[in-house]
Amino acid sequence: MKKTLFDKVWDAHIVESVAEGPQILYIDKHLIHEVTSPQAFNELKQREIPIFRPQQIVATADHNTPTKDQHLPVKDELSRNQLEELSKNCAENNITLYKLGHKYNGIVHVMAPELGITQPGMTMVCGDSHTSTHGAFGTIAFGIGTSQVAQVFASQCLLLKKPKSLRVTVNGSLNKGVLPKDVILYIISKLGTNSGTGFFCEYAGDVFENMSMEGRMTVCNMSIEMGARGGMIAPDQTTFDYIAGREFAPKGIAFDKKVAYWKTLPTDLGAQFDKEYFFEAEDIAPMLTYGTNPGMGIKITGTIPVEDNASFEKSLEYMNFDAGESLLNKPINYVFIGSCTNSRIEDFRVAANYIKGKQKADNVTAWLVPGSRQVEAQIKAEGLQTVFEAAGFELRQPGCSACLAMNDDKIPQGEYCVSTSNRNFEGRQGPGARTILASPLVAAATAVEGKIIDVTQQLI
Amino acid sequence: MEKFTTLKSKAIPLNVANIDTDQIIPARFLKATDKKGFGDNVFKDWRYDESGDLKSDFPLNNPKYSGSILVAANNFGCGSSREHAAWALVGYGLKVIISSFFADIFKGNALNNGLLPIQVSETFLEKLFKVIESDANTILTVNLETQSLTVNDTGLSSNFDIDSYKKTCLINGYDDIDYLINQKEKIKAFELQKTHLP
Ligand code: SF4
Repeated sequence: MKKTLFDKVWDAHIVESVAEGPQILYIDKHLIHEVTSPQAFNELKQREIPIFRPQQIVATADHNTPTKDQHLPVKDELSRNQLEELSKNCAENNITLYKLGHKYNGIVHVMAPELGITQPGMTMVCGDSHTSTHGAFGTIAFGIGTSQVAQVFASQCLLLKKPKSLRVTVNGSLNKGVLPKDVILYIISKLGTNSGTGFFCEYAGDVFENMSMEGRMTVCNMSIEMGARGGMIAPDQTTFDYIAGREFAPKGIAFDKKVAYWKTLPTDLGAQFDKEYFFEAEDIAPMLTYGTNPGMGIKITGTIPVEDNASFEKSLEYMNFDAGESLLNKPINYVFIGSCTNSRIEDFRVAANYIKGKQKADNVTAWLVPGSRQVEAQIKAEGLQTVFEAAGFELRQPGCSACLAMNDDKIPQGEYCVSTSNRNFEGRQGPGARTILASPLVAAATAVEGKIIDVTQQLI
Repeated sequence: MEKFTTLKSKAIPLNVANIDTDQIIPARFLKATDKKGFGDNVFKDWRYDESGDLKSDFPLNNPKYSGSILVAANNFGCGSSREHAAWALVGYGLKVIISSFFADIFKGNALNNGLLPIQVSETFLEKLFKVIESDANTILTVNLETQSLTVNDTGLSSNFDIDSYKKTCLINGYDDIDYLINQKEKIKAFELQKTHLP
């Protein structure tokens, strides 16, 4: 039978199917962080169950960490306690932890791929919905709740029903100024936030084939924003080249053997999907969101639609926008470039390239937060930090930061923030904060202009 | 996990679509390391205004509504995978959530905490909102065994789907860990074959 990429990886990981029920899916790698793991560790301890495969778990601290003065003790007591708990749990159970300050520390979905932990054909989980990011490598990767974190601790397996399959194909070549972030924001604006629920999504077509691994990760990251548990892109030479030589990647003959296997993973010609969508690359423009869910997106030159329903109106009221209006020239006081969606080296290159020789607008507070210590080091090594500083920007230390505002990086009540993160929910970046999702290019342009502009006009 | 068989209760209507887990429990309350205490902060930014006073127009604050069933509009529980959302709803005293659509991860998290997500049709949901909004004392009966939801004295009722394995777990108060650790030998045998990572 012809199989999809998803089928091939899923089927290879089935330990057993429960009669008329779920399947037991084996998990190759389990990533954990400080926020969603402590209750799972406690659960096992209470039930006196040992951790089954500690060597298949990797931990980092990211959600609740400060982005300044990381060498000092964490000020907030609850945050400090949560971080200490993670260190203690990892030490007691022999789990590798890249804690705050470690050279490999970073946002879980940035550090694992850059260390070569993420590899094609694997199953990976993490107590975090954006685990879908790792699907960029042809990996089945998805977010789980804390009860499931405990299940994987106890058995290295999960009980699951096989999701349905969905494919989104985008062919053609992208317009100037259109980044991977715009591609996924465009897809979600067309399909809505729950069209993917119950599905695993494969992204196919020239646009994804021609994308860098960083771009593919940005796209797969936001699969959850259309409701899909995960997204995948077939592994190819771009994937293999990215993995080669990384810390935990197989080396020498072992690597060649893996590559030979990885080459068998792409979806067979003629394999059936439960649902398919097709888009043209030429129709995509730089995007912005105007509402309080990621599906509420428009082209940067577009206008907010007019809709007659209570949830839509509630959303516009929160954002203080009117139906039918354009967002161009809206003054913006906050810009955030960071999060597991757009905090990789390529994102900072795009931003630096635009910012070079310009100055940050006086009204703007801009936070540039790298996804990991390695990205931070690279930013410095490539001289990008100098570009940012000369333009009046401050580079902070890695972490989730203003993406979810668990630490001090909060956008004040009522302020707009053009953000490269993935969620524009009410209060996501701080109580009363108003988030406009965009690409790193649009974010950089906003920071320089102090308002939203049509950046494509400057790229001719 | 607490067992779930039947429930008779009034319901609280929350007619908002796309309620994400950031609304159910904002990130700044995720710093705890146990499962308790989240109930106090459920829907925090919708329940309280900036000065910390209860917003009287929010249904959970309206004294006329009570009970352990929450009725919400389409696409409940989207966004972050935080199980804290399920803990917060359970901590607040809820046992059932009714909506026309649930996000995947939330649904799993709810079931793993003895919180029953009941999916009904859009039309049924609309009728249900009308009934509760016009009579806050309406009693709903949920029977997990027969997979039925009845709105007392109205003739309104609906069946609902639930995975048969999950149903057994809820009725008996088991969870997946119990099941999985009994499968250890099979899992070890699977690991030895190494077919999962050629
Ligand atoms: S950066 Fe944001 S979305 Fe990504 S893992 Fe951190 S909190 Fe979650």
